[in-house]
Amino acid sequence: MSNIKNNFKLPEIVETPARFRNPIGKYTIRRNARCISCGLCAELCPYGVHPRYDNYSRPLRPKDYRCIGFKCKKNDFFCIDRCPEQALTLRRNPILDTLGDYRWTAEMLIGHWEMAEIGNSPVVDLEYNLGNSGGGFDKIRFKVPDPSDYLDLRDEDIDTSISLNKRGDGRPEKINSIPCYGGGMSYGSTALSVMVGRARAAKLLNTLTCTGEGGYPQELVPYADHVITQIATGLFGVREETILYTPMVEFKYAQGAKPGLGGHLLGDKVTPEVATMRETVAGNALFSPFPFHSVYSVEDHKKHVDWVKEINPKVLVSVKVSTPTDVDMVAVGSYHAGAHVIHLDGSYGGTGAAPDIAKKNIAMPIEYAIPKVHKFLQEEDIRDEICLIASGGIRNAMDVAKAIALGADGVVIGTAELVALECVRCGHCESGRGCARGIATTDHELGHIISENWATQRIVNMYMAWRKQWCEILRQYGLKSIRELVGRTDLIVHLDYLDELERAKYQPAPQEQLII
Amino acid sequence: MPKKYHIPIKTAPPRFHPIGKYATVEFREDCAGSCKECVKKKCVYGIFKENYEHFSTMDEPVYLYTCKSCFRCVQECTRGIFSRVIDPDYRTLGDDYWSPDIINSLWYQAHTGKIPVSGAGYRGPFVGAGFDSMWTDMSEIVRPTRDGIHGREYINTSFELSRRTTPLVFNEDMTLASDVPSLLEIPVPLLFRLPTNLILNEKVLISAAKAAQVLGSLMLIRPQDCTEALHPYAKSLIPCLTCDNYKEYKELILKSRVVELADSPDIEKTINKIRVIKPEIFLIISIPMDADAKSHALKLAYTDVDTLHFFANEHGNELNTENPRFIKEMIREVHLELVDNSIRQKINLLFSGGIAMAEHMAKAIICGADGVIVDFPLLIALECRLCYRCRNDLPCPVKIDDQIDPEWGSQRMVNLIGAWHNQLIEVMGAMGIREARRLRGEVGRSMWFEDLEKENFGPIFGQRKIAGFI
Repeated sequence: MSNIKNNFKLPEIVETPARFRNPIGKYTIRRNARCISCGLCAELCPYGVHPRYDNYSRPLRPKDYRCIGFKCKKNDFFCIDRCPEQALTLRRNPILDTLGDYRWTAEMLIGHWEMAEIGNSPVVDLEYNLGNSGGGFDKIRFKVPDPSDYLDLRDEDIDTSISLNKRGDGRPEKINSIPCYGGGMSYGSTALSVMVGRARAAKLLNTLTCTGEGGYPQELVPYADHVITQIATGLFGVREETILYTPMVEFKYAQGAKPGLGGHLLGDKVTPEVATMRETVAGNALFSPFPFHSVYSVEDHKKHVDWVKEINPKVLVSVKVSTPTDVDMVAVGSYHAGAHVIHLDGSYGGTGAAPDIAKKNIAMPIEYAIPKVHKFLQEEDIRDEICLIASGGIRNAMDVAKAIALGADGVVIGTAELVALECVRCGHCESGRGCARGIATTDHELGHIISENWATQRIVNMYMAWRKQWCEILRQYGLKSIRELVGRTDLIVHLDYLDELERAKYQPAPQEQLII
Repeated sequence: MPKKYHIPIKTAPPRFHPIGKYATVEFREDCAGSCKECVKKKCVYGIFKENYEHFSTMDEPVYLYTCKSCFRCVQECTRGIFSRVIDPDYRTLGDDYWSPDIINSLWYQAHTGKIPVSGAGYRGPFVGAGFDSMWTDMSEIVRPTRDGIHGREYINTSFELSRRTTPLVFNEDMTLASDVPSLLEIPVPLLFRLPTNLILNEKVLISAAKAAQVLGSLMLIRPQDCTEALHPYAKSLIPCLTCDNYKEYKELILKSRVVELADSPDIEKTINKIRVIKPEIFLIISIPMDADAKSHALKLAYTDVDTLHFFANEHGNELNTENPRFIKEMIREVHLELVDNSIRQKINLLFSGGIAMAEHMAKAIICGADGVIVDFPLLIALECRLCYRCRNDLPCPVKIDDQIDPEWGSQRMVNLIGAWHNQLIEVMGAMGIREARRLRGEVGRSMWFEDLEKENFGPIFGQRKIAGFI
């Protein structure tokens, strides 16, 4: 497979099952004592729900997460009806009530686990592109396409790449083969294997990932061409060589998880390794102050950008800001300071631990900020010279496409990558030893339950599944490149802005009262 | 260096197991028995340990309120015998407004005094009714105190209950000619009032009064509740009187710094009479938050009172109407009426009803309040589950009707307000505002759903066809 824009070969999809013995699926199948172990179900099911081995004749527990559920009833291999002893029962998995939330519903989580496993759209009927939040992306739909626009192109011939440098300033253009790159998650907040896995995936996908603020572990150096060095307010681990390694430096002014607030790494997570990396003392809580203490104006900011550009003549500069009322002015200021990428981080996103009050209330959701900034940059006649990247609450392939249609060039993904690594979004990233699932922890035991290879392939698989969805959207509208989708607000509708008749044409927004 | 305002937080564990969100279900008939890989032993959070002890004493097993929902037991059990459900008791906590997650979060804050923190982004609806349809602003580079995480103690959250004379008049020699009333400053923008329709006994009253004293705040109290046991806290109490009964409580008036008077048609006479009893007393007038609120506010703003207190119902809704508006809209209405008449500066506005979270306090101030009054959360700090059994004379499941220890009770309330205060500082810091008083009515430091939709989605999608949020 090749990507037409830069002749890049897309990575292979390798089936990568869950780390855990009992993956969670949408349906459960239970086998009762009436089973005579005749083996008919195992013969019938093409999805491998009923395992059976030649040399073992007793019934095994069904792999029910593979079950396609009630829609199977129409098939002549529907095990529930065909079982001669009626020993099988099929139900929607009641555990779904306890999984997920308004933004990441249980089905969206399970759908992404499946995508990360098989590298394709899920086989099970799951709503993995719409959340239950009742606004923003969950109310935006792509218009019903005109069948005559359909382009009969293979996925391989569709361009999903974006360019990070549009300034034409002699620095590299830097093409990412997918319109996403990885968000900053620091050494200390996530396990090293997760960081390395993300970096490897970025290399395979020809995109980028970001160090976050915790320094630049040596293990990332082999992937340096695909790792962004973040310069955040605490300046942990920022050194001349880490600026020299990198294709892009990201100034983090604010982050969507806690706009206007500093970062805080609890003492428990500051292990000796983390402390060495950050050049500090183990066991002591670390604060990243807010804001940059040397920046109180756009001029101060320009000075920073100039330093970095001076140190590394090939480096690109990204400026990560949150979404205050005047985010449009901030974007213009960043452009004039010489940034190549303006990265808006909306308030509903973030992966790291943050005060609940900040996550919910401070700064505006990204859905508003993208069109606001896009329009303002157009009016200022500089839109074509800057790459607009959005993040913060962009959860799935369709959110990415919607963000691009609203005006972004590309997006940054954090949470979805962690979900690919089987994050259940329990939210306890910060407590005690950290993430019980081994993702956001540096604990000496928990921090080693993920292997780099597994992490790499799961992330690659998820993006490859996403890419298929983008290609389908682009084909439907007769577009050959995702770059043609930027700012195409004429292709999207918002359900609340449609007449009732018109609205009936679109899938309604899921509305379920959840206990969160 | 002058003393800084400090809230003494100390862990105050609950007396009963809080109702947790999750319960595990085990299909024990499928258990392998003597499995060496038992996930119960391997739980990262050790939650099964306690349940095991319950089994051994043949005690009623408790739900796993400490379950952190990592799903590892569900996913790793060799026989897959685990599943999970939402604890049915959790679903019955509170009501639509006082939702289980609000109650649970208040319990956590009362226990630890810490700000609730979690990872993995926001998990609620995009927008909601009431206070959930506005966001607070932030600044990329402006910080109220230029020293980042330090200097939080320089962010001032105090507000006043005393009236102001405007404009000031000076004599020819530039000495002050105006009679400047004395100042009553409260270091946190909230007062206490215990709900009268839940359990209200002496121990609860002492707990709240003590907490108010520790915080430097004040508590509104019915005069009949001011028993001898509360005398040590007299300076922290505001007796709520009426035009009919104030004469019976002369002594109480003399002892108090502030009294509240219920609004009534001939209130001005009573105001004057109370001023005769104690001229320097600070006066609050309580007014129902209904359609007449703004006209009452304007009328009373010209009288000799210090503060107006508007009370909504316990869900923050307007009173005496079929189609009530929410407290947020009502605050705007009253505040703007006074601003339009150039009298807002003179008087202070307090609002009560439906203040359930720290963010409500910040948002009420942005809408135009000087401060808020906290009611239900005080009882929730004492582990109240809002089951309302007490309203039917049934015993309280967490024995608030029994003898609670006021030391413990007040510490729980202090912890809760400590956490709220910290959260207020967080949002003020993000907004770049150093004084709660400067936040008052500062809607420019907030973003409202209707405006954001119109401004950003309007040019793309046209006219919004749906009223409301969902």
